[in-house]
Amino acid sequence: MVEPVTLPDPTMPDFSGWTCPLPLRDHPNVVMGHGGGGQMSGELIEHLFVPAFGNPVLAGLTDSAVLELGGARLAFSTDSFVVQPLFFPGGSIGHLAVNGTVNDLAMSGAQASYLSCGFILEEGVELSVVAQIAADLGAAAEHAGVTVVTGDTKVVDAGHGDGVYLNTAGIGLVPDGIDIRPQRARPGDVVIVSGLIGVHGIAIMSVREGISFGTEVVSDCAPLNGLVAAMLAVARDVHVLRDPTRGGVATSLNEIAKAAGVGIELIERDLPIPETVANACSFLGLDPLYVANEGKLLAIVARDEAEEVLAAMRAHPLGGDAAVIGECVPAHPGMVVTRTAFGATRVVDTPIGEQLPRIC
Amino acid sequence: MKYLDEFSDPELAKRLVDQIHATTTKSWAMMEVCGGQTHTIVRHGIDQLLPDGVEMIHGPGCPVCVTPLEVIDKALEIAAQPDVIFCSFGDMLRVPGSERDLFRIKSQGGDVRVVYSPLDALRVAQQNPDKQVVFFGIGFETTAPPNAMTVYQAKKLGIPNFSLLVSHVRVPPAIEAIMQSPDCRVQGFLAAGHVCSVMGTAEYPELADKYGVPIVVTGFEPLDILAGILRTVTQLERGEHTVENAYQRAVRDEGNPVAKAMLADVFETTDRSWRGIGMIPQSGWRLSERYREYDAEHRFQVADITTQESTVCRSGEVLQGLIKPHECEAFGTLCTPRNPLGATMVSSEGACAAYYLYRRLQTPEVVTSGG
Repeated sequence: MVEPVTLPDPTMPDFSGWTCPLPLRDHPNVVMGHGGGGQMSGELIEHLFVPAFGNPVLAGLTDSAVLELGGARLAFSTDSFVVQPLFFPGGSIGHLAVNGTVNDLAMSGAQASYLSCGFILEEGVELSVVAQIAADLGAAAEHAGVTVVTGDTKVVDAGHGDGVYLNTAGIGLVPDGIDIRPQRARPGDVVIVSGLIGVHGIAIMSVREGISFGTEVVSDCAPLNGLVAAMLAVARDVHVLRDPTRGGVATSLNEIAKAAGVGIELIERDLPIPETVANACSFLGLDPLYVANEGKLLAIVARDEAEEVLAAMRAHPLGGDAAVIGECVPAHPGMVVTRTAFGATRVVDTPIGEQLPRIC
Repeated sequence: MKYLDEFSDPELAKRLVDQIHATTTKSWAMMEVCGGQTHTIVRHGIDQLLPDGVEMIHGPGCPVCVTPLEVIDKALEIAAQPDVIFCSFGDMLRVPGSERDLFRIKSQGGDVRVVYSPLDALRVAQQNPDKQVVFFGIGFETTAPPNAMTVYQAKKLGIPNFSLLVSHVRVPPAIEAIMQSPDCRVQGFLAAGHVCSVMGTAEYPELADKYGVPIVVTGFEPLDILAGILRTVTQLERGEHTVENAYQRAVRDEGNPVAKAMLADVFETTDRSWRGIGMIPQSGWRLSERYREYDAEHRFQVADITTQESTVCRSGEVLQGLIKPHECEAFGTLCTPRNPLGATMVSSEGACAAYYLYRRLQTPEVVTSGG
């Protein structure tokens, strides 16, 4: 028996997707928190973008989409870059634009092959600045082994941009037999981080806010495709990879826990946090678990493969400080907790919007 | 970091915990005054390590939490005006006023900026002589000296376009108000170490005597807190009630004379409302007559704004230590950090937010947010 079908009236808003707690309820305008990578970003995607153009591929909401095309399995991803300042210790927006997209593809196990690049320039920006960014972008592409094959340039009126915005998109092949996605995390799996956390965010903050922390903090911005290849060479069944950029390690692990329906338990004293980052966070009232990284990855692997993967990571220049920081557990599904140095536990939540410095 | 890492050592912490267990023979309820201390206790799970009889009541010492709704509404009114640059510490931006918060003002075109020091706001004023620059001066005796210094500098340098929206509060009158509450259960205090590093300890012996409570000046790292608890329990077990300084690396009895002189010059005491608690006589500071021209409340004529607090929110009882955050009906359901009803849910130093962020596993009756 065929049910009569009522076509939705496209002129009417569809409230059925607006589940409690009502998203965006308290903000009729876009606020900075919508771009922070936390709960507010998630709600914007879930309740505004997905209803508008959702489809089975998008539904995974992973860093890159994995597609079948002409018999090949492709990973495809895009990322936009609005960082201030444009140049920072350890890199520039040009390096970020290449590495960000290369890394998003690598988190599906794909080797990035081709990138597109869009420049949105503000009227009045010095051409020497644009030239330096373009040179950095070219150098980063060569270093990562990708080719920038198409691009676009737009100019906006003075005051309508922040100097230079970049967008890149990239494609790469996913090797046969590789199935890396957040849903594959299982209780008993081990959580590994590839190195020291919180470095990029603090490097940016130190120049943006004019705060110095004794020693200069240099961004960890780097392409992770080589490290991923080294890991897959010893263990093709890596379950999950994630680069904990905006929102930091805490946000990425919460996304994985929710997607896979597992709990994640971290051991606080095993978290590799450099002293400068710890000091800066203590000073500013921030938590290193929520600070951005641009050259680190989180890997979730079966326990019996952990040692091999860890050894392969430590043998790679970008994985020398790789460490096991926790495990997936059947308890508290969807939730990340950490065991403190004193033996107590606390919840590590998804941030709401941007992390705010505490007053004192 | 030196003076921090040494005070987080798990082995030493265990020894202190053992000593607390060995010392405790009865049930005791003590209050840590400062929100920073609450944050440390809940983040590290220190209260989970204490003997069953030792209860920590989380005090009203979070500057964000106790700033009255009325002042927030005044801030929002000022920040929404054209030609105003409104500067604030970060965690004030999300505190809900009656209808909106500073984030929304910013998204609607208001110039709202996060600064790390009030002197940064003064620099903004120098760089923007055609704008009115307002700094949101809230907090306890700790944030008051730099704010006083900023107003002093503005006057000295002749920067007419700077002003301060002041809602400063003082700890000793709050301790007095808590002790006078008929429902008061507090038997001892961990005093806020950084407040004492400014003001010294001279205000406390009278309170300790009058109410028969030990007052132990306590720092903010895990070992500091445990040492403060141990000294308080020891006094309680012995039936003593003196003022002790367990934070000698930062606090001298006389405090910081330079900061105190600056406070005395720029501010004068005034009655002040505390969010969730109500008016406490002489518990606040406002700009003194000499500096009145730098008072944003007068400059922008918002003095007559008055607002009521949410009736569902029980932050007042939380701030007075009468209930624990998860005992409020709205906790975790109507009221979350995403949609806070009261300021105790906003700042990570607020008791409700600390419980929500770190404690949901231990409060299984709480329905976690599906959003």
